Amino acid sequence: MKKISLIVSLAALIAISSALYNCAGPGDETGYADAAQKVYVAPGQYDEFYSFMSGGFNGQVSVYGLPSGRMFKSISVFSQNPETGYGYTPETTPMLETSYGMVPWDDAHHPELSQTDGIPDGRWLFINGNNTPRVARIDLRTFETAEILEIPNSAGNHGSPFVTMNTEYVIASTRFSLPIPQRDVAISSYKENFKGTLTFIRADNETGDMEIAFQILVPGFDYDLAHAGKGPSHGWAFFTSYNSEQANTLLEINASRNDKDFVAAVNWKKAEEYLKEGKGKRVKVDYTNNYYDEEEHQAHSEMRNEVTVIYPEDCPGLIYYLPTPKSPHGVDVDPSGEYIVAGGKLATVIPVHSFSKMLTAIENEEFEGDIDGIPILKYESVNAGEVENCGLGPLHTEFDGKGYAYTSAFISSEIVKWKIGTWEVVDRIPTYYSIGHLMIPGGDSKEPWGKYVVALNKITKDRYLPTGPELCQSAQLIDISGDKMKLLLDFPTVGEPHYAQAIPAEILMNNTKRFYELEKNKHPFKTGGEAEARAERTGSEIHIYMTASRTHFKPDNIEGVRVGDKVFFHVTNLEQDWDIPHGFAVKGALTSELLIMPGETKTLVWYPKKEGVFPFYCTDFCSALHQEMQGYIRVSPANSNAAVSYN
Amino acid sequence: MTKKERLIMTIASMILIGTFFFPIWKIDLQAPQYPEGIGLRIWVNKITGASKHDLDNINKLNHYIGMKEIKPESIPELSVMPFIIGFFIVTGLIAAFLKKKPLASGWLALFIITLIYGFYDYYLWGYDYGHNLNPNAPIKIPGMVYQPPLFGSKQLLNMLSVSLPGTGSFLIGVSIMLVLYVLFNNKFKRFQLR
Repeated sequence: MKKISLIVSLAALIAISSALYNCAGPGDETGYADAAQKVYVAPGQYDEFYSFMSGGFNGQVSVYGLPSGRMFKSISVFSQNPETGYGYTPETTPMLETSYGMVPWDDAHHPELSQTDGIPDGRWLFINGNNTPRVARIDLRTFETAEILEIPNSAGNHGSPFVTMNTEYVIASTRFSLPIPQRDVAISSYKENFKGTLTFIRADNETGDMEIAFQILVPGFDYDLAHAGKGPSHGWAFFTSYNSEQANTLLEINASRNDKDFVAAVNWKKAEEYLKEGKGKRVKVDYTNNYYDEEEHQAHSEMRNEVTVIYPEDCPGLIYYLPTPKSPHGVDVDPSGEYIVAGGKLATVIPVHSFSKMLTAIENEEFEGDIDGIPILKYESVNAGEVENCGLGPLHTEFDGKGYAYTSAFISSEIVKWKIGTWEVVDRIPTYYSIGHLMIPGGDSKEPWGKYVVALNKITKDRYLPTGPELCQSAQLIDISGDKMKLLLDFPTVGEPHYAQAIPAEILMNNTKRFYELEKNKHPFKTGGEAEARAERTGSEIHIYMTASRTHFKPDNIEGVRVGDKVFFHVTNLEQDWDIPHGFAVKGALTSELLIMPGETKTLVWYPKKEGVFPFYCTDFCSALHQEMQGYIRVSPANSNAAVSYN
Repeated sequence: MTKKERLIMTIASMILIGTFFFPIWKIDLQAPQYPEGIGLRIWVNKITGASKHDLDNINKLNHYIGMKEIKPESIPELSVMPFIIGFFIVTGLIAAFLKKKPLASGWLALFIITLIYGFYDYYLWGYDYGHNLNPNAPIKIPGMVYQPPLFGSKQLLNMLSVSLPGTGSFLIGVSIMLVLYVLFNNKFKRFQLR
């Protein structure tokens, strides 16, 4: 009997899948006739939106245009990039310094645009490094990483970085709880020794410079994602947590037992008051703060030694737990700031909490208990509604600003559109396949530009031409301007985009920097003009002050270098015109090439190991005589007396 | 000169001060890879790019064809011209002050001769830059010269070169028209009365 029902359900599954395949699968060409027009950006025309997608395991951020899905740039953030020299040159290696040393890779998940009054303002893009906890700030004038801050007392910096309405804070939470401070304890002593932290990073309103304002020490759950409140809920931040079971092994079973875990609601304005009262405790811990000086063309890494930690048991009213089914992943606040939507990834409904109900419940002390002094509010007292029939494995929700929410469902591989207030599902569309995050331009802000939703899928299988075992990840652009969602475009993405952000092109494009002013270049090894080009020996170090301009290096012949020397090619691009970079590569370099923007100085360190004459050349096709842009460096024996010469 | 003519003569002289604030001539180069445009501005006392770094960028392009670097400091006319303009402003004002029409006629004749000579001199510079090319230039095309047009447009390899008077020249034109009015307005009146 069991066998028969299995066969029947299998048959039904096949029938349903083939029906789905037939109505919207790759074989159906007729349904996309007008989609082509909606995503076609004519030659020489611009896309409507910039989209920033995290690179996931490639550690970078990629920039795409919407609706075309064309990729413009990969921004080097947490990973070395031999294409530009990022993370290889002495100028940029300090960006990747941590308290563990130079960590040349990270796992980048959630890009977040800075906001003013709850609206993305196009100044900066923040992104988290998951593995060795860090938050980076990208300057959207240059599309380059301007700062990286290590997050101490954290592990798996997943719930990060999310901004408050005016970018007062960039918030972060630790996915892994840890012994804090770190110490040698039995892993099985998890429940007694492990704690989590919620981190509030202050970003200077003018410069964007980040510093850790405070951390809140919380019970040892897995803090997964976050979002700040807005409008009436401005002043609060919400963090999901799972593993309230506090399991330390086989979490897939042991952390999936409780029907409900928690959304932690943190009153950060209250935290500021407690800090003023001196409730924060200075705790010793090492972490780095790295920043890039745009005029020096040089990164600096500074070690910090302490953070301020707040303990909830000393600070009543600071934090409340909202029971939330089940192992919730995303937590998203609707544009009005009233509704807090949790993606209960193992739940059969999407729970929506009400901010105003929460305030009333707090006032009336409608608690069902507490954990380490943190009151647990009653589910019924805070819950505004549940979205039923929401698909399987709901993860993340974005908003269109027109009263609807869009939730990604990983297991059922679809986007579900539902109405805020009635909690009714009004539309659904399949995604190909296994959607993680989804993104509406400004969809987590106060005023979304609700024209498209982008599905960020984990699996592509048969959607593109196959490329062996490793396939691309994929994004899908869906039109949400009408009542029914309509799939417009599939496009492959590099790395594995988790979350993304998008902003109207006109907010960014006019602020873009075209080149660096040579006269403002304060690099200590700058060569201001060809007359200053030279090579100098100091002990066993050779410093070559080299210029690059169309279409030659100066000097382009260097002699008097010995085996065992350390050679620094400090190359300054003298061009002062847009889109005239020069490249620099030398035979046998153990690092990377350089890609030098106009007005910039970069350094390649080269170790001559053999006698002989070695070529160097420009790697960026700069002009008609690019192929002539080359030179030689001569290496003499270690005991040679030849003086350094050049021309 | 009547009171009105005297005033107009004063304005005609003073208007020349404007040539210190606006370029006399402009050369714009058009090519597909310069959608934002690139060009030169010739002033009474200097040569600049249409935008900040254009002069350097034009020199960089010119080195491929072996054209001499355009260095404003090596063109002596640029240090003399401000004095010549100054001379005409002062003498024009003197003519107005003395109310002498013959002085104004002489002023106008000398001014026009100077302008014609200036234009000729400008042509010679253009000729020199366009013809006197470095024999070791990377790009050599037999018979090709790169003299920009004095007025109008001309295709020079991939660049369409467009040469037109700048605001400074229009001010000079207005000044000349005003002096012509001072000299000849009563003749026109008589003509009208008849």
